[in-house]
Amino acid sequence: MATTDVTLQDAAGRLERKPIVNDMSIQVGTVNGSGSQSSNTVLLRSIFQMGVPVSGKNLFPSNIAGLPTWYTIRANKDGYIARKKEIDFLIAMNSETAQEDVMSLAPGAAALYDEPLKLNTLRNDLIFYAVPYDKLVATVCPEAKLRKLVKNMIYVGVVAQLLDIEMAEVEKAIRKQFAKKVKAANLNMAAAQAGYDYAKANLTKQDPFRIARMDKTAGKIIIDGNSAAALGCMFAGVTVVTWYPITPSSSLVETLIDYMKEHRLGPDGKATFAIVQAEDELAAIGMVIGGGWAGARSMTATAGPGISLMAEFAGLAYYTEVPGVIWDIQRVGPSTGLPTRTSQGDILSTAFLSHGDTKNILLIPSSVSECFDMAQDAFNLAEQFQTLVFVMSDLDLGMNNWMSDPFKYPETPIKRGKVLTKEDLNRLGSFARYKDIDGDGIGYRTLPGTDHPAAAYFARGSGHNEKSQYSERPDDFEHNMERINRKFETARSFVPRPEVDTGKSKIGILAYGTSHWAIVESRDQLRKEYNFETDYLRLKAYPFTREVHEFIEKHERIYVVEQNRDAQMLSLLKLDVRTELLPRLRSVSHIHGLPLDARSVTDEIMTMEGK
Amino acid sequence: MATTPSTPAPKTNRINLSVLEYKGGKTTLCAGCGHNAISERIIDAMFEMGVKPESVAKLSGIGCSSKSPAYFMSRSHSFNSVHGRMPSVATGAMLANRNLLALGVSGDGDSASIGIGQFVHLMRRNLPVIYIIEDNGVYGLTKGQFSATADLGSKLKTGVINDLPAIDTCALAIELGATFVGRSFSGDKKQLLSMLKAAIAHRGTVMLDVVSPCVTFNDHDGSTKSYKYMKDHEEPLQDINFVPHFEEIDVDYDPGSTLEVTMHDGSRLRLRKLEQDYDPTNRIDAIHRLLDAHEKQEVLTGVFYVNPKAPTFLDLLNMTDQPLATLPESVTRPGREVLEQCMEELR
Repeated sequence: MATTDVTLQDAAGRLERKPIVNDMSIQVGTVNGSGSQSSNTVLLRSIFQMGVPVSGKNLFPSNIAGLPTWYTIRANKDGYIARKKEIDFLIAMNSETAQEDVMSLAPGAAALYDEPLKLNTLRNDLIFYAVPYDKLVATVCPEAKLRKLVKNMIYVGVVAQLLDIEMAEVEKAIRKQFAKKVKAANLNMAAAQAGYDYAKANLTKQDPFRIARMDKTAGKIIIDGNSAAALGCMFAGVTVVTWYPITPSSSLVETLIDYMKEHRLGPDGKATFAIVQAEDELAAIGMVIGGGWAGARSMTATAGPGISLMAEFAGLAYYTEVPGVIWDIQRVGPSTGLPTRTSQGDILSTAFLSHGDTKNILLIPSSVSECFDMAQDAFNLAEQFQTLVFVMSDLDLGMNNWMSDPFKYPETPIKRGKVLTKEDLNRLGSFARYKDIDGDGIGYRTLPGTDHPAAAYFARGSGHNEKSQYSERPDDFEHNMERINRKFETARSFVPRPEVDTGKSKIGILAYGTSHWAIVESRDQLRKEYNFETDYLRLKAYPFTREVHEFIEKHERIYVVEQNRDAQMLSLLKLDVRTELLPRLRSVSHIHGLPLDARSVTDEIMTMEGK
Repeated sequence: MATTPSTPAPKTNRINLSVLEYKGGKTTLCAGCGHNAISERIIDAMFEMGVKPESVAKLSGIGCSSKSPAYFMSRSHSFNSVHGRMPSVATGAMLANRNLLALGVSGDGDSASIGIGQFVHLMRRNLPVIYIIEDNGVYGLTKGQFSATADLGSKLKTGVINDLPAIDTCALAIELGATFVGRSFSGDKKQLLSMLKAAIAHRGTVMLDVVSPCVTFNDHDGSTKSYKYMKDHEEPLQDINFVPHFEEIDVDYDPGSTLEVTMHDGSRLRLRKLEQDYDPTNRIDAIHRLLDAHEKQEVLTGVFYVNPKAPTFLDLLNMTDQPLATLPESVTRPGREVLEQCMEELR
């Protein structure tokens, strides 16, 4: 079922339709490296500044320049910001893909194209607008070599005119985009204006789509998840950052570098942090562990291939009980997979990353504000539980722009966990590093450099007893492993609790991460279109908290929605819930690498419900 | 004779610690293993230099050599990490606490094979760390396979001949940027002790390759890392003397035959030249001489290269003087107004 109310009037493609206001998806097909990112950001911001909820998703190739790339902007008055399957308004700038892009549109959609491509001959059930970009750009940009970059700003002006986006907002967005380059801003503004003027004089509005001013974005910010994570880490007091460049995580650390240089230098100009580009992911996590052992708040950011490389070290941190934070901005695996596409494919392997019995704490943000907040949680939990904490973001969250309420300043003080100081040791006389004094499984540690003769302990990845002495005794090994497991059990009560909406239905949906946005919309679709009410639990962490078990107990069927092939979270749940409840869990999985859309979820659940 | 026997007070160093305060656990390595002798020299050097054990971080990878930090300086924190990856752990520790004296102990398998990637990058960064390779040419814990520092043509106990050239970790370290590089022999007490003391006085990456015979798997005829082979083939470049900064200099030296290097802490390293034209402050000459030694089948020992003035990795990072590990929240968490400013920029 289409979400646009289209009425075809005749075979010639003449359409007569009700206006569709603030509910559309615009797709821009361009060539990678052609400067289209600026134009798309300006278009997105212009709509945002009009007060209309908006989201932008970049579908890009693993390539520097030359291959096709698509950017989808969704404007939605109801605040749905998941990817929308159907494209309503195509801006075809890439001659390579233009034909295919046009052929894939649903009847009634609009297509804006470069005049020489003559796309209007392809179909008669679409609305076409032709723009002579080369002619227009020549008039505003005398310098030939800049024309390729400026050309894309013309479509922003054309679209603004066709959709009623105010040019004052376009100008504001351009000035923001080129804040430090007045000349570039002027040039781009001239291009946008040329597009606007051309459209006004030459194009007849035929499509039903319009943007009208609302007040739903007042006070909100636009930010990508990686930048939000970077901000979060800075406010979480990170001190040691190591990294190895890998898509889609690189921008997290690159943004962090910028923020830290601006806000984390002392009055004497000295850095309160160290950021090191490592030789590979093995070294990146090794440095995190060395730093965590010696008392720093250490982190790295990576993606699936990096996580695989980190496996051995993850076990060392687990077994020697060293804190550290690893951001996994998930992309599509296995192997190199689709490096520029999104997935939730690292859940299972990261939960048990490393050989032997290893279990890791996972935090799963679904929004940019959670990227910020979970940075605080991740560092606190890592130090409280003396273990690695993995924050499982993904490419969709990390690299796309999201609208959000401003982030809240962290109100809880930084928690450094159980660390004994020189004064503590003076009082105690001695300590046993891996002894469970408090019954929560968590021992007390000292930091290297603590000025006390009894401070030292020998951290080792080999078998050890409570005093961290080398031991191959079976009972020492067993006791130690049971204690570390106790720590994990304790963590169930400390990790972020799920968001639960329950009491409406016997049918539940369980999802996590960026799938959330499709679920919000899908539940409304299910309700409105099928009169099918659902309850919902959004997971935020592994190990699972009490609420997860209660949710499964309370529902007859639970659809576990995730973006991987093998139902990875469902598999983790199977290990945790009572056997007789297992048949209640049903998998709704997607692995195409595109952000999850509501329609796919709705259709699949209805199929499985036999409707 | 007095009725109450008096025991003389134990000899103490400049921070009033006896050598016993530098001891470690009982070794579990083979009797006669070169590594034990190196542990002894580390204890002596740390004691004689008056290094506070609590300021030292001992780091290692996996293998016989990497076990040895358990056998010296129990009052120092230690981290026995994973195979070949100690350099990154050491790097992280030094980032967290720049005041630590990092002592890394590795082996030829741990450094030259599985760990070569991290090894070269540690050298390249000139991170302040003393990196010792206890080099016996074989994997001991897995019962005597060749390592990548085994010389071409050397023979295993089983008769297998090594058909690949050795990696010279010293030449590699010099080429990549380590600022104090030398080779010694676990059986050469005096030379090794002097070099270790100079290593403590140096600021930057110290790379010491110490030939340390494996009595169980590589001490036979045909081995080029046996006690006998070393005694027959060791070619010291210099006669090494070390004068710590806290001791009066009482002996004159002849600048014609001896090179004096002032270390970072003011100590003096005196190298009496056994090869008149060798200059350990010249990297290119050093690498040339090492390659030459391979051609001549000499086991060259001594200080190959020293540069006490090069900036270290920590200098490049421009960190606060207080270790990052102990910075308070007031310093590491920016204020509300910073978040507000960041939010405003995103509106």
